[in-house]
Amino acid sequence: MKRCLVVDDSRVIRRVASKIIQDLGFDVDEAENGRKALNALTIRMPDLILVDWDMPVMDGLEFAQQLRKLPGGNKVVVVFCTTENDIPHIRQALDAGADEYIMKPFDSEIVRSKLILLGLLG
Amino acid sequence: MLPEDFELAARFVKDRSGLVLTRDKVYLLENRLMPVVRDLRLKSVSELLAGIASGDAALQTTVIDAMMAKDTGFFRDWKPFVHFRTVVLPNIRVSRGMKTRFRILSAGVSTGQEAHSIAMTIRDVSSSFPGWQVEVIGIDISATAIAAASKGIYSQFDVQRGLPVRTLLQYFTKQEDAWVLNDAVRGMVKCQPWNLLDDLFSLGRFDAIFCRNVLVYFDLKTKLDVLQKLARLLVDDGVLYLGLNETVTGVSSNFRAVDPALGIYAAHRADRPASLSLAAKVDL
Ligand SMILES: C[S@@+](CC[C@H](N)C(=O)[O-])C[C@H]1O[C@@H](n2cnc3c(N)ncnc32)[C@H](O)[C@@H]1O
Repeated sequence: MKRCLVVDDSRVIRRVASKIIQDLGFDVDEAENGRKALNALTIRMPDLILVDWDMPVMDGLEFAQQLRKLPGGNKVVVVFCTTENDIPHIRQALDAGADEYIMKPFDSEIVRSKLILLGLLG
Repeated sequence: MLPEDFELAARFVKDRSGLVLTRDKVYLLENRLMPVVRDLRLKSVSELLAGIASGDAALQTTVIDAMMAKDTGFFRDWKPFVHFRTVVLPNIRVSRGMKTRFRILSAGVSTGQEAHSIAMTIRDVSSSFPGWQVEVIGIDISATAIAAASKGIYSQFDVQRGLPVRTLLQYFTKQEDAWVLNDAVRGMVKCQPWNLLDDLFSLGRFDAIFCRNVLVYFDLKTKLDVLQKLARLLVDDGVLYLGLNETVTGVSSNFRAVDPALGIYAAHRADRPASLSLAAKVDL
């Protein structure tokens, strides 16, 4: 089964995103900021990471940059999932190593269609 | 709703659009017509239906429009568009000889995402088609959907359904909360109201036809009629895209399966051998 790590400081959003991704057939872990997410990665590298931008301790941008430097960190699909919804932010995330970008609010259909085009769903 | 009201409405909708409403769809009929009732400040769905029965043409058009399921998305299901880009477009490029022009039809284009996905796909490989004349035609029975399709302005929600974010950045600009498709892509697409039950021949010939998630609402006879008309619009090596798992098998001998799970069919003319293999597997 494919694994996903959901990184967001809001417990509600983590729960909503986890439920959607579980229903799509993934095993899901959660972390509440970039630092905790990086720690989780030392145990196991998931197939997919859904990451918020604005979080305390370590934000999504720094997380993505650090992740891409880790061994195996280039293979993970990284999807930003954030309220930042303007073109400069999107470009910045892509430059930091994001593969896809979801602007909140989102729903299961948005997540599903993005995972299909990323080749993570059939 | 009275059973006779439902019967009348269902017959009218089927005759006009092909959409079959079985008896268990009373809720659907009411759900879709209530907004019209409210808009026109009528008293009830029954009053609306009486207006239809009296032959009020504007009202009839409004009701048909309201009854249509218009759900759609960019690059819906993704893989059919990969097939279009990696198999159909290269085939067109090498097989047209001196004729440097091709046309694609999106039948049941809804609010335009399908036609615009086709146009962006072509645009992505435009360097392979220098000087070619390309036309993407979108048709739909719903005038409100066609009006939206022609504008090419989408909500944040719309542009996230199926559209890769890099494609979004490449072809759209953001204006306040809306995402606006650029003129180059929008200009490739012409959308117009058109009923698939009417004559289609005057639309001209097409190199590929997308008719996805439209025929599923029709009964077998209507589906066959429309498929026959679509077959006549296709060039000899033309391709038909239906929705995933929509099939022509047992329905129409005008097509042969290329990849039925993806809803991909090729024009089939009994008197001519298949001119190419379109069955290249779609791998991501
Ligand atoms: C569910 S949408 C599918 C949109 C798009 N093809 C896709 O796959 O995402 C079906 C569309 O077919 C249109 N439609 C239904 N019956 C039609 C008819 N008789 N003639 C033309 N369009 C029709 C509806 O108005 C609606 O926009």
